Amino acid sequence: MNARTTVDPQPGRSAGETEPASAEDRQKPRRKTRNGARSSPGMTILVTGILVVVALYFLVPVYWVIIAATKTSEDLFGTNGFWFAENINLIENLTLVLTYDGGIFVRWFANSLLYAGVGSLLATYFAAAGGYALAKYEFRGRNLVFGLILGGVLVPATATALPMFLLFSDLGIANTYWSVLIPSLVSPFGLFLCRIFADASVDTSVLESGRIDGASELKIFHTLALRVMTPALVTVFLFQLVGIWNNYFLPLIMLADTDLYPITLGLNNWNSQTDRLPEFYQLTTGGVLLSVIPLVIAMLVLQRFWRGGLTEGAVKG
Amino acid sequence: MKTAQKRAPWILLAPFLLLFVFTFVLPIASAVGYSFTSVQRLGLFGEGGVTSGFAGFSNYAAALEDGGFIASIGRMLLFGVVQVPVMLILCVILALLLESASAKWPGAFRAAYFVPYGIPGVIATILWSFLYVPGISPITGLFDAMGIPVDFLSPSTVLWSIANIVTWTYTGYNMLIIIAQLKSIPGELYESARMDGAGPFKVAWSIQLPLIRPALVLTGVFSIIGTLQLFAEPQVLATVAPAIDSQYTPNLSAFTQAFTNGDYGVASAQAVIIALAAFVLSFTFLALTNRKR
Repeated sequence: MNARTTVDPQPGRSAGETEPASAEDRQKPRRKTRNGARSSPGMTILVTGILVVVALYFLVPVYWVIIAATKTSEDLFGTNGFWFAENINLIENLTLVLTYDGGIFVRWFANSLLYAGVGSLLATYFAAAGGYALAKYEFRGRNLVFGLILGGVLVPATATALPMFLLFSDLGIANTYWSVLIPSLVSPFGLFLCRIFADASVDTSVLESGRIDGASELKIFHTLALRVMTPALVTVFLFQLVGIWNNYFLPLIMLADTDLYPITLGLNNWNSQTDRLPEFYQLTTGGVLLSVIPLVIAMLVLQRFWRGGLTEGAVKG
Repeated sequence: MKTAQKRAPWILLAPFLLLFVFTFVLPIASAVGYSFTSVQRLGLFGEGGVTSGFAGFSNYAAALEDGGFIASIGRMLLFGVVQVPVMLILCVILALLLESASAKWPGAFRAAYFVPYGIPGVIATILWSFLYVPGISPITGLFDAMGIPVDFLSPSTVLWSIANIVTWTYTGYNMLIIIAQLKSIPGELYESARMDGAGPFKVAWSIQLPLIRPALVLTGVFSIIGTLQLFAEPQVLATVAPAIDSQYTPNLSAFTQAFTNGDYGVASAQAVIIALAAFVLSFTFLALTNRKR
């Protein structure tokens, strides 16, 4: 990593690292982390073994649904859940999922994409503009506004959902796309992160020189500040994307029309009918598999972006 | 120039503030309003018109006299006292192991642990419910084969079956927050500790643990708020677990009051109580963790 990792082992090493270094070790230095510690093979096997067991715990439900989606409802009960049945019914199950009720599953998926995609994109932009304004301008009421928004971070989302439903009903927008989309556009936590990040990383002298060049305040934000804030924006976007995609309480309260359902509500609808009609078992497991695959891929790809702004900002605050 | 700079922050803040007022300030204000309002329906189905009036604290009294609601708060306190520490300790151990020299393929493990966070609570619960229900679950089948009958959905175990789903979902996410803080510890600290002859356990105890405190406080506060809000997991699991009633958690209670009983006044009072409890618990937690410093 840098110069210090070449330091030789100290004489007073702790237990677990005390066996003598072999010739092979000298040729191929043991793996070292940034904290410069070294590890013995026994310790490596033990630690890696624990990590494997924990990984099994996190992945078993996903493995189970892959197996389950290949089975008929009969086999789901009649065969071992951790292994395939003789009759592989995957194609039939997935076809059923995609065509059932005029392809409503595809519609639910598209709804989720709409809510999460549009919602998180706009929410990130609004949070960035607000966070930047609170970080980089001195104005009356600044602390009051920030305090108010910070209070919003701590208010449980479900405490506002119920009165919001009553409010939206009065306005006639309950049970429409707007009723789920509008609340998704606000991320107090996102604004909080953007403010901290803008405070730490947007250089005031750069803004000043932009002003001297005659750029308008909005242009300075859009060209200079947004670019510097990109790491925080990525984090806020991902955070909001997952939050909206996983939301259940708000759409449950707002939506009565199944055509407007996001995928979470739709799958729960199918799952709650399994005790009446066995074919819903096949629909539920197949639907869960189809909806989990993109999420698993997204998480595996996105987790490396998660390190940045979110935690740095939150922890400094 | 100067006026432009005075106007600019408000223009930048305007879209956020407008939406914030619409989705936070107004709903909270109206929840407080509803919680002090009583609605009388005249006639059997309200056909004689509806009158509403100031109710004082009667909705709050009704909410607090409701044994089911109080029991749900107690249940969430028990849940939080057990699940939050277990999850955070698990997060810290996993983070320390992944950042230690002894872990092979830390990137792959980190990614695998993070996967459940992307799976919505509803879908996670559907998945786990299949692993809980006797007849489908290969896990109960395995225990039966060993002669140890287990019931994940009985009145005494179902709370911990929910705790398992929550832990499964959020451990990886909280672990990433802690890992990020571990990575920000300057290398010189490790260097000097090694010079002093400190082993990995000593380093973990006296350097890493004290320095990941802020991350732990943050994840702790969010876990407490999350616990009070628990809704999707018990609601979905209720389809297979009769032990979960319509007042199992505070949020389920408020939901039932509003949409099954149609009593928005008491439901709003319960929502306000939940929000206040979240505030009080978060601030108590923050005060306690700050004092020990």
